[in-house]
Amino acid sequence: MKAGVIVFPGSNCDHDVYHVFRHVLGQEVEFLWHQEEDLASCDLVVLPGGFSYGDYLRSGALAALSPVMAAVQRHAERGGLVLGICNGFQILLEAGLLPGALVPNRSLRFECRDVWLRVERTDLPFTSGYKDRDVVRIPVAHMDGNFQASASTLDDLEDSNQVVFRYVDESGAVSSAANPNGSARNIAGLTNAEGNVLGMMPHPERCVEELLGNTDGLALFSGLIRETVGILQQEVAS
Amino acid sequence: MTPDLVASHGLTEDEYGNLCDLLGREPTFTELGVTSALWSEHCSYKSSKVYLREFPTEGPRVLQGPGENAGVVDVGYGWVAVFKMESHNHPSFIEPYQGAATGVGGILRDVFTMGARPVACMDALRFGAVDAPRMRHLVDGVVRGIGGYGNCVGIPTVGGETGFHPSYNGNILVNAFALGLARKEKIFHARASGAGNPVLYAGSRTGRDGIHGATMASESFDAESEAKRPTVQVGDPFMEKVLIEACLEAMGTDAIVAIQDMGAAGLTSTSFEMAGRGGVGLHLELDRIPLREEGLSPYEIMLSESQERMLLVAKRGREEALFEIFEKWGLEVAQIGSLTETGKAVIHSKGQVVAEIPVGPLTDQAPMYRRPVSVPADLEARQVAPEVPLPENPSQALKDMLCSPELASREWIWRQYDHTVRSNTVVGPGGDAALLRMKGTPQGLALTCDVNPIYCSLDPRRGGAQAVAEAVRNLACVGAEPVGLTDCLNFGNPENPEVSWQFRECVRGISDGCRALEVPVISGNVSFYNENEGQSIYPTPTVAMVGVVPKVENHPSSGFVDPGDRVILLGTDHREFGGAAYLRLLYDLEQGRPPEVDLEREGHLARLLRSGVDQGILKTAHDLSEGGLAVALAEACFSRLRGARLKFSGGVLDLFSESQARAVVGVDGSQVDGFLDLADRFGVPAEDLGEVGGSDLHIETEEASLILDVQELYKEWSTALPRALGM
Repeated sequence: MKAGVIVFPGSNCDHDVYHVFRHVLGQEVEFLWHQEEDLASCDLVVLPGGFSYGDYLRSGALAALSPVMAAVQRHAERGGLVLGICNGFQILLEAGLLPGALVPNRSLRFECRDVWLRVERTDLPFTSGYKDRDVVRIPVAHMDGNFQASASTLDDLEDSNQVVFRYVDESGAVSSAANPNGSARNIAGLTNAEGNVLGMMPHPERCVEELLGNTDGLALFSGLIRETVGILQQEVAS
Repeated sequence: MTPDLVASHGLTEDEYGNLCDLLGREPTFTELGVTSALWSEHCSYKSSKVYLREFPTEGPRVLQGPGENAGVVDVGYGWVAVFKMESHNHPSFIEPYQGAATGVGGILRDVFTMGARPVACMDALRFGAVDAPRMRHLVDGVVRGIGGYGNCVGIPTVGGETGFHPSYNGNILVNAFALGLARKEKIFHARASGAGNPVLYAGSRTGRDGIHGATMASESFDAESEAKRPTVQVGDPFMEKVLIEACLEAMGTDAIVAIQDMGAAGLTSTSFEMAGRGGVGLHLELDRIPLREEGLSPYEIMLSESQERMLLVAKRGREEALFEIFEKWGLEVAQIGSLTETGKAVIHSKGQVVAEIPVGPLTDQAPMYRRPVSVPADLEARQVAPEVPLPENPSQALKDMLCSPELASREWIWRQYDHTVRSNTVVGPGGDAALLRMKGTPQGLALTCDVNPIYCSLDPRRGGAQAVAEAVRNLACVGAEPVGLTDCLNFGNPENPEVSWQFRECVRGISDGCRALEVPVISGNVSFYNENEGQSIYPTPTVAMVGVVPKVENHPSSGFVDPGDRVILLGTDHREFGGAAYLRLLYDLEQGRPPEVDLEREGHLARLLRSGVDQGILKTAHDLSEGGLAVALAEACFSRLRGARLKFSGGVLDLFSESQARAVVGVDGSQVDGFLDLADRFGVPAEDLGEVGGSDLHIETEEASLILDVQELYKEWSTALPRALGM
């Protein structure tokens, strides 16, 4: 499979995502400059974390207007896979690819620490590497990670099973104490109705290697690759 | 030129006379401003240079010692580490957020301007008492500023240290460290050469912020200091981030001859330093400089400390390649002049020459002073050995110490810093030393910064050596051998003979430590005039040290790992309480000579620890420092919330003694005999204290026992700092 990592001015997790695909998992991966209008036939497009355009105006607001985002939109409409992590999630919201908004953390401070996530569904390419209701430890590092939406939007998201990750405690229970930023309904990550666009605040790319003390993020990437290769093989077969 | 105008620029009569002699006439207003900045203490090191020469600066790995933007050491596999530390004390006291933020920005530029990609930051902070006026505001602003800048630029803040002491009530310290990695053959220098080569300006526009920042940093604080707020620069981390990417990309071409960021004293110091190093002249057209607003005078343009700006010398004919790269990243770039053979800096504005100064003489003839020194009048009285009372309740004493602002967990601070971005952080903040992997190699790089200002105040020479020894010990606890040191020497007013003496002695102490433990000093910074209303800070020579770990995967934890692991104490106690935390935190007593620093023993201990890590025997390693054995054991319990059942051969007081060259380690039960043999071979006394397990920290001594519930103690310790700050 081939992954593309978009580089906005101010992206700073682009190298980390690239490292996972290329050096940890041996996949084809390339950087895509924010002015590209062609996604170079990537199967998966990743919007990495960082502070695109300094997060001036609002997190992700300016990046959402980049030329590459029109291409990402088309890619998503065609059913292509899109993964937005941290600032990438913020950009997906600003671009309208996912509903809701991310506002400053409840603490009004930057929060960098490990959190526990419960995997709410495993029928997506992004989560096929996990078992249902798995509880995994993934780090967060953000200032604006507090997910908010209107009550009806939140209900819709729940009804259509679009919540993919939720902040929980180590035992898997949802609680306010386990929520690092005040997100509504402890939402840490969500997908679109079609299930091909995922946005999440935590950073799975930072926990894929034993040496760094945590490999809970690995299943997201390895599952994604397995699924994508599977889909590609099916397409070839048909 | 009136005497008042000269004095307001911080130049003495003699210095002004020298300037007139050098020019052969009276200076213009712009020339006066340029000279005052270059000859300021901050830029010229005029009071410190004579002593700094005593540092050992060479070693087999050193590729660049002091004198460049940052030092460079070979770390193997074709890689070099580029690092430096610098102070941003005065601006941070006036405007904490921007002061600290631009401190981080400035040190990052010093590193990437050498061709290295920054991969880690640390910050050494000293605040006043938590309840001193403005202190909450200062702590909050500094921490937010460091995070706001470093997080956005995407460089992890992996370590540092924070202290609280009334000595800093009127003058806090913010020392920022950055480390970058580069390929050995790709190092860039700030040495301009080649007459006719164009001089380019890239990055942010020039505005009126930070004018005379360098001069301000060379003066003391008083009630008027608030009025100096406009001399504090304003940072834009996004601009810095794109500047890093653009510069590193530009360095991949062969179009750059020399490059340097515009730091203290802005365009003035950058252009004069680059030309001075290369022995060339230059002419600058100030009208071509991108300005933030109209109407800036040549004086203001030359002295502005607007952030995120770089000066480059391009190869003639290759400037287009550089223009393209900077423009791709959305940065402004302009050719503002070129190099000449005249040896003079000639500065033009609106068709007129506003300054014409011979570069060599102005930089070479910068003043240098050997200031008078005298031993502080109260030193002898302060060094009298203290009476050390026995604790009424030893468990409570330990708890009170751990929950004081001085020893409480720093997690509240470092949780606000992104310490895992770039995915290299093997050990982040909170351990003895931070540890980064070097991708593509089996190696790790370890970083630490250390100083005990109370020790330095009670015996500066010993304090200087102790800072080096503790840094070496901290590195050894993750298995690292030191490869270089950078320092940030924070002192009061050098015109005060007692301060000058403290400075000289601390530098000698650091030199003693570096010579004995074979650590070269490769870069550094001096910050004088840290005083408020005549009250000096404690001498605070922060050292930051970098080491290499051959096999990073073997690194031990700073905490206890598995139940059943044996806990072994290394080193010898001499019941030393001079300047000890026990007396200071519980009895408000700062008294006595600080613990003796036996550099030979430090060397033995460090070699033993490195050998233990290299052989994969050590599961835990944690050095003993402030608070002694009891504090070290409690901290080792915290990382995995393990208890331990220990029996110690000394008395209760010995648990709090601060004798140096000691550490606690944890090994698997099956390895105890082997490790004790190893310790013996390295000449390090070792005592098997007991084993890890249970939910309590239980320490039995000859006189009494301490029993503390680890979970409960951890809860108090980990939340004590924000509670003390009311945040």
